[in-house]
Amino acid sequence: MSWNEPGGNKKDPWSGRDQQETPPDLEEVMRTLQEKMGGWLGGGIGIGKGENPKNTLLIFLVAIPLVIWALTGIYIVDEGNRGVVTRFGKYIETTQPGPHWRLPAPFEKHAIVNVEQQRFIEVGYRTNIRQQTQQSFAKEALMLTQDENIINLSLSVQYRIKDAKAYLFNLNDPDLTLRQVTESAVRGVIGKNTMDFVLTDGRSGFADEVKGDIQKILDQYGAGIQVMAVNIKDAQPPEEVQSAFEDAIKAREDEQRLKNEAEAYANDVIPKARGAAARLLEESEGYKLRVIAKAKGEAGRFEQLLTEYQKAPEITRTRLYIDAIEEILSKTNTLLLDVKGGNNMIYLPVDKLQRLGVSAEPAKDNDSTQTFQDSPDSVVKNIRGSTVRGREGRTQ
Amino acid sequence: MMGRNSVIIVSALLLVLVLGISSVYTVGEAEKAIKFQLGEILNTNSTPGLHFKIPLINDVKIFNAKLLTLESKPERFLTSEKKNVIVDYFAKWKINDVAKFYTSVQGDVIQANIRLEQIIQSAIKDEFSKRTIREVVSSERDQIRDFLIAAANPSAGKLGIDIADIRIMRVELPSEVSSSVFRRMESERSRVARDFRSRGAEMAERIRADADRQREVILGDAYRDAELKRGEGDATAAEIYAQAYGKDKGFFSFYRSLTAYKQAFKNEGDTLVLEPDSEFFQYFKKSK
Repeated sequence: MSWNEPGGNKKDPWSGRDQQETPPDLEEVMRTLQEKMGGWLGGGIGIGKGENPKNTLLIFLVAIPLVIWALTGIYIVDEGNRGVVTRFGKYIETTQPGPHWRLPAPFEKHAIVNVEQQRFIEVGYRTNIRQQTQQSFAKEALMLTQDENIINLSLSVQYRIKDAKAYLFNLNDPDLTLRQVTESAVRGVIGKNTMDFVLTDGRSGFADEVKGDIQKILDQYGAGIQVMAVNIKDAQPPEEVQSAFEDAIKAREDEQRLKNEAEAYANDVIPKARGAAARLLEESEGYKLRVIAKAKGEAGRFEQLLTEYQKAPEITRTRLYIDAIEEILSKTNTLLLDVKGGNNMIYLPVDKLQRLGVSAEPAKDNDSTQTFQDSPDSVVKNIRGSTVRGREGRTQ
Repeated sequence: MMGRNSVIIVSALLLVLVLGISSVYTVGEAEKAIKFQLGEILNTNSTPGLHFKIPLINDVKIFNAKLLTLESKPERFLTSEKKNVIVDYFAKWKINDVAKFYTSVQGDVIQANIRLEQIIQSAIKDEFSKRTIREVVSSERDQIRDFLIAAANPSAGKLGIDIADIRIMRVELPSEVSSSVFRRMESERSRVARDFRSRGAEMAERIRADADRQREVILGDAYRDAELKRGEGDATAAEIYAQAYGKDKGFFSFYRSLTAYKQAFKNEGDTLVLEPDSEFFQYFKKSK
């Protein structure tokens, strides 16, 4: 029949391209279609077949819509998606990315599911993308720990669809289910742990546990969802007790601070003590060496002098004596008193001497010879006429 | 002739079409169907795909065969220690027996959910009254789940429903209890905080005391060593002096005395009061 030629031509490129996919179905269906249509049409127009141009026109009028109808079965599956084809509602196949052909409308339908898109749900908070804000949902976020404390935990679950067919046909509302399962699983895990563990050490650990639990439950349901990651956004004590918790954290810091301060003190004191100790030792070493050196020097000097002394003892002795007395008397104020023959009453005007000394210290005062009435033969002599200081003279 | 033919053809086609449409029905991949015959259930074992029926005589109802969700509102339950907890849960169920489902709840999912909620709630009430809060919250979640499913399924089965899962989501304390929990948490924290601070003070005191001790020890040791060293020096010096001065004791005492005199009267302004009959002045009054 002539009308099937365009259909046949149309068919070739498709069957050529999709040979591995649907060629038997396609051809079979087309053939049955042709036979059925041919049968009905043939019954009606069989008389004037091939001769009547009006019949040919009628055939074309029928054929062209048929071709267009057949073309509505073309669909394209984008990269990262899968096509799910159903025939009369029954699942037929899942198609890979690329162009495909299915039977047109009433026979087959297709749905396209993105299996690579990373989707996520938020539990305990919602991000407002437009306003860039996050609002917390206390109702979802508050949960009980094993030690009957309440914590505020928000998390997000990242997931993708791993099985398009399961995703479409097994669960009535897979995304809602994921949220419910997450809430249940996270509370299950938190309920098994203490608050301290959840808030401090366990953060990364229990995220994995939650992820595993969610995946297990979803697989039981055949949700067709793959959980990629569970991210704990925030795990903290509830607002009502926040300040107490912060204070406890501060206390921990304080503990460290006190310790550090004390260590600073120790670091200050001990090296200083070591320094002082080193100084003591050095000084004593110095003292030792000085004393020895001094002894050696003095001993040496004495020995040398002794040698000379032994050569001429009398002379040396006298000379040494006179030298020494001279040196002493030339430096000091000397009062010479001859009391033997005279009156025993001696008046030493010590206060005058002192006053004189104070007033005339820098000045040279030659007029300092004083005569005492009571002892006319006694001579008071200021040898160098210099000042008189605090030291009092000696009386006999 | 042609006109009449066309009319016949068209009307025949239409008739076929109408008959064809009303004599087939499709059942989706996740659907179940009941086929009625004059109001009576004819069969329920439908597979996905195209099916035929007799128009007017057979009627078909389609049901969702996916896992359906029941999410409860928060409800109060009593635990074994007579404490109130607020619990919500979700259940996953599917239509198991469409005929029963149709007759018991008229095939209405909402109505089914209401019935299921009643069933599950009484099961939860039973289970919770046997357990403490701690058990409910932590240790026995999975166990409770199994019990609930086992307890609810017989009743649900009468509705043609199979419960696949019942999971407790939130277990919360009523607000008046939560506030006392918060107070307890606060006092606990302040205990911890105090502990930290006094531990810090303790450690600081220890460190300071240790530092002080070390300082004393270091200084004491150093003083000891220094004194020993000075003693060494003094001893050596004494030895040297003794050796030298021992050679002539008389001269030593003379010489040393002179040195001492010089040392004692070295200050200018010191005043000496002397008698002129000392050896030094032997020539002072009279020359020999």
